[in-house]
Amino acid sequence: MSTTVDTNAATGGLKSDLHGDLKKRTPVRPVRVLLHVFLAGAALAWLAPLLWALYAAMRPYGETSEKGYVSWPDKLSFENFTNAFTQSDMTHYFVNTLIIAVPAVLLTLFLSSMVAFYVSRFDFRINLFLLLVFTAGNLLPQQVIITPLYRLYLLIDIPGITMSGKLYDSALGLVLIHVAFQSGFCAFVLSNYMRSLPHELTEAALVDGASVWRLYWQIVLPLCKPAMAALATLLSIWIYNDFFWALVLISTGENMPITSALNNLSGQYFTDPNLVAAGALLTAIPTLIVYFALQRQFVSGLTLGANKG
Amino acid sequence: MTTTPTESPEAATPPPGSGPAANTARTATKVSQGHRRLLTRRDRLTLGLMAGLPTFLHVALVWVTALASIALAFTTWDGIGFDSIKWVGLDNFKELFTNNPQFWPAVEHNIVWFVVLILIPTPLGLFLAVQLDKNIRFSRVYQTAFFLPVVMSLAVIGFVWQLIYNPDTGLINSIIGANEPGRYIDWIGDPDLNLWAILIAASWRHTGYMMILYLAGLKGVDPSLREASALDGANEWQTFKNVIFPTLRPTNTVVLVVTIIEALRAFDLVFVFNKGAEGTELLSILVTNNIIGESSRIGYGSAIAVVLLVISLAVIIPYLIATFRKERRA
Repeated sequence: MSTTVDTNAATGGLKSDLHGDLKKRTPVRPVRVLLHVFLAGAALAWLAPLLWALYAAMRPYGETSEKGYVSWPDKLSFENFTNAFTQSDMTHYFVNTLIIAVPAVLLTLFLSSMVAFYVSRFDFRINLFLLLVFTAGNLLPQQVIITPLYRLYLLIDIPGITMSGKLYDSALGLVLIHVAFQSGFCAFVLSNYMRSLPHELTEAALVDGASVWRLYWQIVLPLCKPAMAALATLLSIWIYNDFFWALVLISTGENMPITSALNNLSGQYFTDPNLVAAGALLTAIPTLIVYFALQRQFVSGLTLGANKG
Repeated sequence: MTTTPTESPEAATPPPGSGPAANTARTATKVSQGHRRLLTRRDRLTLGLMAGLPTFLHVALVWVTALASIALAFTTWDGIGFDSIKWVGLDNFKELFTNNPQFWPAVEHNIVWFVVLILIPTPLGLFLAVQLDKNIRFSRVYQTAFFLPVVMSLAVIGFVWQLIYNPDTGLINSIIGANEPGRYIDWIGDPDLNLWAILIAASWRHTGYMMILYLAGLKGVDPSLREASALDGANEWQTFKNVIFPTLRPTNTVVLVVTIIEALRAFDLVFVFNKGAEGTELLSILVTNNIIGESSRIGYGSAIAVVLLVISLAVIIPYLIATFRKERRA
């Protein structure tokens, strides 16, 4: 069993590297070197598909069609990225995604925190059932509900509010289904979180005559910030990455969010694989930024509610 | 410098399979019977709205539509006007089970999808998690490499892997020299190959997901267990097999449920690859094709959705009962 002597190593990453120099170093063991060789190799292999896509995206089409893809490059540039971006008007689709994702994330957090407050801080008979309904709903595959949902969205007329005059083919429709679907997961996670807050907090306030809204808005909600931050990160990435809802519930290419638009673009505008690679990588950039900036929140959110499919 | 992602306090909490159970003080945290009388009529109204609005939205869009799927599965409907809805009893199911050449392959592929995910990326993710849990250097760099695919859209992953599988421009064929007419290996088009090609991409992503779940589980293992085991002279494998792995039971349950549901939900990758053409049919794809394809067979599509619903509920219900029973007992 290779337990480390260096207690600082428990913090992992660079921190332990810095401390490792100051502390008594454990002798280099062959087993550990082997482990690093293995992990480095495996990590590189894991990144290989992405690096390959990057390599293809940086080469001009003319060159690869002449020399083949597995060849030494004459020229590497970001030209494909700028071309993909301008030719397909990607800004437009990024804005579409923003119009859907921002309200959807905020509304999901708001609504699910209210349900979580209700089920976790009060002792109503319906609580357990309510939580079951939300949690189970989130675990269903989307295709189970899509057929009636699609018809429903075509039926609901909301003239003036959306371009199509219906929920179908509108950002509003996508926001609603994201909120409805994801609030199951968030209600579950937040209710667990709220349950761990000491009951004296709200009880004292209640005795003092505070309204339940105040309990929720001024006492419970501010304490839930860490969980909310984790969920917000997770939701942003999930909703950004959504492909299915937009594919079925949006018919006009113009209205599509970026991930499903990419599917259209690859047929319509992109005539060479290098350009497709550039487009795909561009699409992934926002999620990668969110991930690297908020890694802690993202991973903790994922393990908070590991029941998410 | 930020710390290792998995050591944040939230990550240290066990996954929901065990989460509620650990919360033994549950009943005490609630407003007790006596205090309920403190709620004014207005408070009750507020509470009703707070729970009611979100519940309405969730139930209307998720559960009512799920029930509508069941109802529509026993009808035929072209989707134009309500008067064309006709009750046909079990006809849709009969046709599905006996007459649809895509149905049984789809069921089989969903099962294969699950079996592959549980046999390859899951143990691999566990193995990586165990290695990364050893307090090694650059742990975070390795973790990020394995986890990166999980952050990306499955649709994007589909495009990335097409660059590898494409018959004439793809990486594999270019390397093995099968990128010329006559020597093509059509990874995407060949019905004997395409499912496996897609499953490699799916496994690539699933491994990182499993790794993170197991890493979180491993952080929750009491260090004194390892010490005791080391004192008893157990080697690394014995410690893992007899001490660590049994304590990961709650994580294993979550992993199993997550993997089954991922297998049932599988859609994006296949759709981007070849839209579920021969060799890659899935239940989710069959449902979708009835909506976005030319044929608008609402009843028939719903019947497939009901099959998917029944399989899903067979997993979801026992899981939730087990999870919530523990909570109730607490």
